Amino acid sequence: MNDDLHRIVARRWRVGGVLTLVMMAAYFGFILLVAFDKESAGALLAGGRVSVGIVLGAALIVLAPILIAIYVRWANRHYDPAIRELRARREDDP
Amino acid sequence: MSTSLGEPNAIAIVAFVGFVVVTLGITYWASRRTRTSAEFFAAGGNVSALQNGFALAGDYMSAASFLGIAGLVSLSGFDGLIYSIGFLVGWPLITFLIAEPLRNLGTYTFADVVAFRMKQGPVRVTAAISTLTVVTFYLIAQMVGAGNLVHLMFGLDYALAVVIVGSVMLLYVLFGGMIATTWVQIIKAGLLLVGATLLAVMVLAKFGFNPLTLFAEAKRQYGAGTLAPGKLVANPLEAVSLGLALMLGTAGLPHILMRFYTVRDAATARRSVAYATSLIGWFYLVTFVLGFGASVLVGRAAITGVDKGGNMAAPLLAEVLGGTGFLGFISAVAFATILAVVAGLTLSGAAALAHDLWGHVVRRGKIAERETLKIARYATVGLAVLAIGLGLLFQGQNVAFMVGLAFSIAASANFPALLLSMTWRRFTTWGAVASMLAGTLSSVVLILLSPTVWVDLLHNAAPISDLKNPGIVSVPLAFLAGIVVSLVAPEPAAAKGFDDAQDRMHLGPRS
Repeated sequence: MNDDLHRIVARRWRVGGVLTLVMMAAYFGFILLVAFDKESAGALLAGGRVSVGIVLGAALIVLAPILIAIYVRWANRHYDPAIRELRARREDDP
Repeated sequence: MSTSLGEPNAIAIVAFVGFVVVTLGITYWASRRTRTSAEFFAAGGNVSALQNGFALAGDYMSAASFLGIAGLVSLSGFDGLIYSIGFLVGWPLITFLIAEPLRNLGTYTFADVVAFRMKQGPVRVTAAISTLTVVTFYLIAQMVGAGNLVHLMFGLDYALAVVIVGSVMLLYVLFGGMIATTWVQIIKAGLLLVGATLLAVMVLAKFGFNPLTLFAEAKRQYGAGTLAPGKLVANPLEAVSLGLALMLGTAGLPHILMRFYTVRDAATARRSVAYATSLIGWFYLVTFVLGFGASVLVGRAAITGVDKGGNMAAPLLAEVLGGTGFLGFISAVAFATILAVVAGLTLSGAAALAHDLWGHVVRRGKIAERETLKIARYATVGLAVLAIGLGLLFQGQNVAFMVGLAFSIAASANFPALLLSMTWRRFTTWGAVASMLAGTLSSVVLILLSPTVWVDLLHNAAPISDLKNPGIVSVPLAFLAGIVVSLVAPEPAAAKGFDDAQDRMHLGPRS
């Protein structure tokens, strides 16, 4: 594998890896909060009309597509052009 | 309350028959475009990102999540949310780690990726075993669900419902392959999203379009506990274990992974997961409103009066808000949902049998195009018969745990092997085999010995294992088995192939 490909591949795993860790940390953080500190998760907000747990849960559901949007944006801007160039080079030099 | 559930409902029957007629029409159209195995298994790679996004959502949003989660929320409030979130958080992982390399490296199955630089035979056989195990348990849960659902909704005979689902699904897959299945998924996803959203809007209209007012009303009727964690997370270890299985299992479901081969390239695969995740996320937010709406507007007593598990919460809510007509529509949508999921499962099982086992093991990769297609169709018929048979066999059994088991096996047998094969140079053939076997066996054995099966189903006095969800043991075990076996017996040929695999994983196949 040549160095240019190695570099962009390493970057992709880094970006993907960091985003994966963010998602896992958020989700398991939520699970652990709900499991170990039911008091806080059940604490009421907004005049007693909603609980911390429900707000965090809804936020997690919204977080997933947002993280994906960040990744897709990064990949469209940086990853795809680099890959296109490397592909063209590979076709020239079989 | 009085309900017309369980009585023949004209609108439900018209809507459902309409769905079947339209989808069979599409199947006929698709059958004339299904001449090669690439068309049969991957729709010729011609599906667009948006289409695949809807189809992924259609493949994933089963009746279990629509009826089951709405029911769970309606009866236990907050706890149901833990499931909806768990079913969603695996999708980002698919995007970041799996979808693109999978699309570039494989052709029809996830085993293509794991076996890429390994000895074909052992890897394909093991991957087929784990795939078929996941597919079988998932199928049983769906077929039994279909039978019960139709019985509850239309008062139709259980066995008849199972046979109808199995036969219509068989027609889709046998003649229309992936092209027909994709369109069935798209239509079903559209109907389900529209139906559920409409229902949620009707709920919110009663509360000034403010979800907070809805929650406040639930709290007033059932106490503050309904907004707080309850019994589901009594045991923290269990909660983490369940979370692990849901998150990693999503990224290892064979019928979901297979859908990435239906698009043109890796960039399209990536965009399609983005669409799918938004649609599924929306659906789970909506389901949450439906659950609370049902507990407030229908009432928990009325819901459990019809079905103890709460599965009829959403249909009952539809009847309260929109009358018998709307109940009929929602019932038909729920039935269509099962049909579509079963079709996707069968297709991925057929791919494991025809492509992995017959094509790469029996024929050692030298197989004529026509033969693959022929075997795939035999496999489809076999799987449909199996699905109907198992559906009838498990009538009256509590099979809710089987979806959890399918996720556990997918998380522990498929995800670790897939990840290691894509990222770790020194991963070997026998490392992959050990990982997949350890994941499958430990999941199945631990569930068998758990309170769910050992006590509730087999009526033993005490469980041998206390864990209801094996993920926290089986996932690390699968990683460990794969790593240890690979390190003990290195495979230079597999390590040498890593560069080639990396090249193709990112740049795609040579044109």
